[in-house]
Amino acid sequence: MRRFANLFARLDATTATSEKVAAMAEYFASAPAEDAAWALHFLTGAKLKRTVSSGVLAALVAQVAELPEWLLSDCYDHVGDLAETIALLTCRAGAHDDAPLHEWVRRLQALPSLDASERDARIVAWWRALEDDERFLLNKLLTGSLRVGVSQRLVVQALAKLSGLATDVLAHRLTGAWTPSPEFLAALLAPADDAAPALGDRPYPFFLASQLDDPPETLGHARDWLAEWKWDGIRAQLIRRNGAIATWSRGEERLDGRYPEIEAAAQLLPQDAVLDGEILGWLHDKPLPFAALQKRIGRLKPGPKLLADCPAAFMAYDLLELDGVDWRERPLAERRAALAALVEGTPVRLSPDLIGGDWASLATLRETSRERNVEGLILKRLDSPYQVGRRRGDWWKWKVDPYTLDAVLIYSQPGHGRRSNLFTDHTFGVWHEGQLVPVAKAYSGLTDEEISRLDRWIRANTLERFGPVRMVKPAHVFELAFEAINASARHKSGVAVRFPRILRWRSDKPAAEADTLENLRNLARG
Amino acid sequence: MPQRDLIELRPEGLYCAAGGFHIDPWQPVPLALITHAHGDHARWGSQRYLGTTEARPLLRARLGADAHIDWMDYGAELVLGETTVSFHPAGHILGSAQVRVRHSSGETWVVTGDYKRDPDPTCTPFEVVPCDVLITEATFALPVYRWRPASEVAGEVLAWWDECIARERPAVLFCYALGKAQRLLAELARLTDRTVYLHGAMLELVQCYRDAGVAMLPTEAVSEQAKGRAFAGQLILAPPSAAGAPWMRRFRDASTGFASGWMRIRGNRRRRGYDRGFVLSDHADWNGLVRTVRESGAQRVLATHGSTESFVRYLVEQGIAAETLRTPYGDEETT
Repeated sequence: MRRFANLFARLDATTATSEKVAAMAEYFASAPAEDAAWALHFLTGAKLKRTVSSGVLAALVAQVAELPEWLLSDCYDHVGDLAETIALLTCRAGAHDDAPLHEWVRRLQALPSLDASERDARIVAWWRALEDDERFLLNKLLTGSLRVGVSQRLVVQALAKLSGLATDVLAHRLTGAWTPSPEFLAALLAPADDAAPALGDRPYPFFLASQLDDPPETLGHARDWLAEWKWDGIRAQLIRRNGAIATWSRGEERLDGRYPEIEAAAQLLPQDAVLDGEILGWLHDKPLPFAALQKRIGRLKPGPKLLADCPAAFMAYDLLELDGVDWRERPLAERRAALAALVEGTPVRLSPDLIGGDWASLATLRETSRERNVEGLILKRLDSPYQVGRRRGDWWKWKVDPYTLDAVLIYSQPGHGRRSNLFTDHTFGVWHEGQLVPVAKAYSGLTDEEISRLDRWIRANTLERFGPVRMVKPAHVFELAFEAINASARHKSGVAVRFPRILRWRSDKPAAEADTLENLRNLARG
Repeated sequence: MPQRDLIELRPEGLYCAAGGFHIDPWQPVPLALITHAHGDHARWGSQRYLGTTEARPLLRARLGADAHIDWMDYGAELVLGETTVSFHPAGHILGSAQVRVRHSSGETWVVTGDYKRDPDPTCTPFEVVPCDVLITEATFALPVYRWRPASEVAGEVLAWWDECIARERPAVLFCYALGKAQRLLAELARLTDRTVYLHGAMLELVQCYRDAGVAMLPTEAVSEQAKGRAFAGQLILAPPSAAGAPWMRRFRDASTGFASGWMRIRGNRRRRGYDRGFVLSDHADWNGLVRTVRESGAQRVLATHGSTESFVRYLVEQGIAAETLRTPYGDEETT
């Protein structure tokens, strides 16, 4: 644990990417393979299953630290993180336990098989045997909430530095599900031309479009670009290899069984292939709003009613592999032509190539996005390869301008991580019959300076407290942007907004002049 | 027994009517007893002041050459009206004191000012003063605040400094200019004898401590170094206000650290954007606060500045009459 805690401290202490990459490369070079495999597992964002509930841990620490539970909860509100709160309230007493990381993982995984008193006794003994930072990490593992502040891209760079392999190769080998074992690590770092690793059902790393902030004319001639709708669904890869089907979301989650229509459609393709595309709710030849698809996201086995109300379709964007051959390096135009031929006559849909010819006519088309339930346009350079991650230059999203509204800050609570003892999670309301009705929660969009100014104001203007949540004087108006608005029975206001974020602090506007629920409902209808 | 509270909160500060004086007032008053030389406790403009002999050069520097100040040794008693007042060491910074106010009826109040219970080579250690009513600071009044020995923290600072030497980077450590800077220089003097470079705001204050006989690392002023000199591998102390200022430009590629009790919380460390956080405070931690209340024997406690709500509730559950006293004392560590 010591070595991993040192790595974590180094990653935590710097914002310089070169320093983070160096720290990880040094760790992987020096740690035993069994540990390094687990560290890689955690660095890439995978978590251990939570083995003990927060409630059990809270009760246990209150007992060990001899504190009333309300005081523990005050501490938690102040610190903003249970694992850290526990680490701060306990301390090492007695011999240090220097077990390596993989041994800790094994111990944690054994916890559920123990009876409660034995489990509690072990946890307390561990707290006493670890240093502050190690104890913090142990608690993070116990609560299944370890998050290390590095992106997958940086992890891949560190592995590349270590192994001399290309980042694309490593990214692909890391995609999909893998077991953190020394064998996996060895295969991951094996030379590139050593027996191509079995692809199995693994997806390729997704290529992501960047936000287009400049006018499209800056991209050159429109004829060099493919324009498509920016469909509002679940980005996914549909894989058929040797007739076996797998579906993966962009979050690298397997979606098998959730969208049986799509799996059936894939069986009808004339050849094995890997397709990049979007899962959409599709009815009467039109996409359903994202809110409809949302009902299916959590559903492992959708029932007949749901399948009828929200049938799913796969809207194919790209062809990544055909009959076991990796096509990603071929130009987009070639991939699209093969894709069109492949899906022809099957229920798999081809995302249409929007005929514009010039930017002005594409801009006109873009204006019709909302009525089509799409978010705008995607522009892809016709000669571009399918790259890894978000690389600027070849793929752009050209979204329609967001909706905006002026709303009043009514509740706030502390954020998490870097913002754990600042009030940064805000709830905003609009006027309805003389009252403020909550319509949106938003976290981002303010500068650091505004965040701390607002934090001070909130502390001084709290009307009431509900646990960590403060009700504040309705005084400050914020302009919020959001992508879509839908009727919602679950919300008190009757509407739900999508992707709300703070555009700016309207200090020029008194609360009484904020928007009304009526305005918002009109937007929903319009 | 007096009918009213011996010490009460007035718009201008804590006031003792029976003795006709204020303690650390925030507005000018006829007579002010000053617990220590930090700006939120020692303010300009009062007609007369009383301070401790040990704080003399610091209070002079803060209040100005023209201020009318009388000096008292720790433990010396002075009769003011119906009260007898005395200063007792608070262990916060050089010359810091608690004020004991004893009414002729025998009722005794103590105002702690800022204090800590941990050893500090730069000032006289805290002394327990028995009392009936204790007015205590509560800056770090949550059990998550628990300090490790300053000697260990100094070891961490030294390890970071060594790392900066190895990487040929300047090490800029931000800390409060009065108290924390000198405590760091004194703790580090037990581990090394290297020279430390100081921001201008610290020069006079460090000299005051040297004059008082506090052993510290040798120091030089950053401002007196030749233009363009490289500070690679050097430790520089600067007040937090210097972070992000043009003054910092001379320390190219510096690693930055911050020494404060607030650094105990990871969110604070990360938000402030310093490379390293060192948990070192001149205030009492949770155990120090609770222990002080217990040892004082006070039956009533008034808590000022900080997380007073949790502390007050905890004390009430322990059978002590506790309340929050709202004062505008800041916390120098946040500045």
